[in-house]
Amino acid sequence: MAFRLKLVPDVTHFDFFKQQRYTFGASVVAVIASILLWAIMGLNFGIDFQGGTTIRSEGTQEVDIGAYRTAIAPVTQGDVLITEVFDPTFGEGRNVAMIRLQAQEGMESVTPETIAAVEAALQTVDPSITFPSVESVGPKVSGELIWTAIMAVMAATGAILVYIWLRFEWQFAVGAVAALVHDVVITIGIFALLQIRFDLSIIAALLTILGYSINDTVVVFDRLRENLIKFKTMPLREVMNISVNETLSRTVMTSGTTLVALIALLALGGDVIRGFVFAIAFGIVIGTYSSVFVAKNIVLWLGIKRDWSKPTDGPGGTQFATSEK
Amino acid sequence: MLHIPLWKRVIILGLVGLGLLTAMPNLFYARVEAHNDAVAQIEASGVETPELVAARDAWPSWLPSGLVNLGLDLRGGAHLLAEVQVADVYKDRMDGLWPELRDALRAERATVGTVRRAASDPGELRVQISQPEGMARAVEVARTLASPVVSLTGIGETDLEVTGSGDTLTIALTEAERTATDDRTMQQSVEIVRRRVDEVGTREPTIQRQGEDRVLIQVPGIGSAAELKALIGTTARLTFQPVISRGSDASASPGLGNVLLPAADEQGVFYVLEQSPVVSGEELVDARPDFDQNGRPAVSFRFNPTGARKFGDYTAENIGQLFAIVLDDEVISAPQIQSHIPGGSGIITGSFSVEESTNLAVLLRAGALPAEMTFLEERTVGPELGQDSIDAGRIASMVGLAAVVLMVVASYGLFGVFASVTLIFNIGMIFGLLSVIGGTLTLPGIAGIVLTIGMAVDANVLVFERIREELKTAKGPARAIELGYEKAMSAIIDANITTFIVASILFFVGAGPVRGFAVTLAIGIITSVFTALFVTRVLVAAWFHWRRPKTIIV
Repeated sequence: MAFRLKLVPDVTHFDFFKQQRYTFGASVVAVIASILLWAIMGLNFGIDFQGGTTIRSEGTQEVDIGAYRTAIAPVTQGDVLITEVFDPTFGEGRNVAMIRLQAQEGMESVTPETIAAVEAALQTVDPSITFPSVESVGPKVSGELIWTAIMAVMAATGAILVYIWLRFEWQFAVGAVAALVHDVVITIGIFALLQIRFDLSIIAALLTILGYSINDTVVVFDRLRENLIKFKTMPLREVMNISVNETLSRTVMTSGTTLVALIALLALGGDVIRGFVFAIAFGIVIGTYSSVFVAKNIVLWLGIKRDWSKPTDGPGGTQFATSEK
Repeated sequence: MLHIPLWKRVIILGLVGLGLLTAMPNLFYARVEAHNDAVAQIEASGVETPELVAARDAWPSWLPSGLVNLGLDLRGGAHLLAEVQVADVYKDRMDGLWPELRDALRAERATVGTVRRAASDPGELRVQISQPEGMARAVEVARTLASPVVSLTGIGETDLEVTGSGDTLTIALTEAERTATDDRTMQQSVEIVRRRVDEVGTREPTIQRQGEDRVLIQVPGIGSAAELKALIGTTARLTFQPVISRGSDASASPGLGNVLLPAADEQGVFYVLEQSPVVSGEELVDARPDFDQNGRPAVSFRFNPTGARKFGDYTAENIGQLFAIVLDDEVISAPQIQSHIPGGSGIITGSFSVEESTNLAVLLRAGALPAEMTFLEERTVGPELGQDSIDAGRIASMVGLAAVVLMVVASYGLFGVFASVTLIFNIGMIFGLLSVIGGTLTLPGIAGIVLTIGMAVDANVLVFERIREELKTAKGPARAIELGYEKAMSAIIDANITTFIVASILFFVGAGPVRGFAVTLAIGIITSVFTALFVTRVLVAAWFHWRRPKTIIV
């Protein structure tokens, strides 16, 4: 017998519904908490969604936020946000800061004169300073970008709903989409809690989470569909447990390899995409959890049509009982 | 299906080979890029300098030379989103129509009485006539000035909407004409922006129309968005107008048919000019930076024959008068006409720096924008930051790949080795496809590739897990492998189609870097399904036929 790394034993008989009250309950609590966090703390919107300008500065002297602020104050109006950026890949003598200027009333984007003035002011603090990136987005575009982002997430969810409905049954579609909403809402909740900058690339990350999470859920559902034919009389709950147990090894393996690759990127990929990678990595953990603990619970709760000649076992499944042969 | 026909194996391995071959130039990025530039330059100029030939020959021409484009966030450069004020053009049309209408109505003075232009919205022309009874006739006259709309959708319609009520005649552009005009304005704007950017000679700029009235401009390698904006944000409308008077009163009433414009260099000096220009920048054929007789920077220009005639006639008749050179509603200079200028060429002086005169010459050569542009979005990324991102992404991908390979081999042994080999093929094919379709790699796109490295294993894992299960029910190894592929198929297809749907939506709604991510994600899905279902299988089948194992351990 050759050596094999086994993250999951060959045969498992976990009862994934045993702790249902806690696991599903925890999901419900997490979703509600995320919505509350989102409503109360709000998201730290980047300029993509709020308009304004960000300037990335890089110098050899240590970043002195106070001195930066005093230098900039005379030439700007509105809020100025200065944050120092840390990254293990920077090494000695690279001190990076992000300066964010609020969009000015009635202006499409911050004027080049203001940006030039800010850059000149910062150079008086640290003569070695350079500005590797400057981005400016006007309020008109940022408003549209929010809409596009919302539409994108809705369209993706809708398209998945329809596809699963066509390939499986409507209960599966509802279960899958509930799991997706769960993943996306909790990820947004974490962004609200940690106040990580939320910009256009995070929307891409959310959509990727949708794609990944549905991938996981579909694999479980696919096995469930197969087992429903195989074990015609077994209670739905048992069949679900068997299906999840059978695919558990694959679920853990795939999440594992994906996470390993993402952790490499999170640690070594630089600070520019860290928020983006963090969102995806977090979403994959949540997505794996939801395909095991959320999606099928909803399907169980909705019930599904089993052997079409008899009433179903599922609690809510009687609506199809005798209507069809 | 462990027996795979030879032709199938040839096609599958051929596709892998093709993918790797087209990906290969990316390993020698700088050299291939220099080669491509040299080829393009030699073709354009027809001149073969030793440097160009050396650069060209550094990469054999029989090898593929397609490269993955690097997005602005990786290469550095400037990105602008501009909105063209298409409504500006309506006003110009109305202003141009007024003299024509005035003359037409004057011919009918007996019925309509005297006419004068009244204040109105910029997109309208309002005329008051002193005899309201003659309105019907006035409307009729105005309608004769209309011409049919030239567009696909506006067939059978005219361009002017004429209404009369009381003593006021109102003329505006019809809806069809507005649409047609907007379209022309956008085409012209895009064309002129392109000419201006090309004049500066940067490589591979992206200039495209977006939506109704927007232009997206991306120029790699330019220092800052402000620099780009100075180049394309100027309307550069040049006119030569007769001067009525010169003064210092900013609120002076210029009188009918005249305009009051400030001087560009002298604070507090204003000129009253005749509104209709004698000649305009549209009639220029050339403009270049020059110096005047005092050695100060200037721009010399030359008119086309009609422009030259108008210019010559006017200067001949108005010796001693002041003649204003107006650029974007500012009087650059107003020299006195010393003598008749017949040749149609001249020189614009003003207090320019050498840089400004060079820029102005570029702008005049490329032509004026038909309407003003405002900038909605601007982004600049320095080349160093882009290079940092590439380096970080490269290291992260390598480490990620190594970790995934380790994990897969530890879990599935020899089958894991097969999966790892195909994973490397897979990455090669992603780059190959990106190079072939001329896709753009962005920073999120690198993340997409790393994500694919993690997820590509999934299809293999599904198959291997299934083979393990089938082995438990004590079928022969060949049958188990066959069943493994067969039964894992539906899960693989469903799971990947849903992800593909998401990638397509990202592509259609996303912009810039996000779109780059969607492309790599979608390509990654295609190549990973292909490699898992076909390439790994070919490898497994080949091994199986070679060793003929009685039992297998997955």
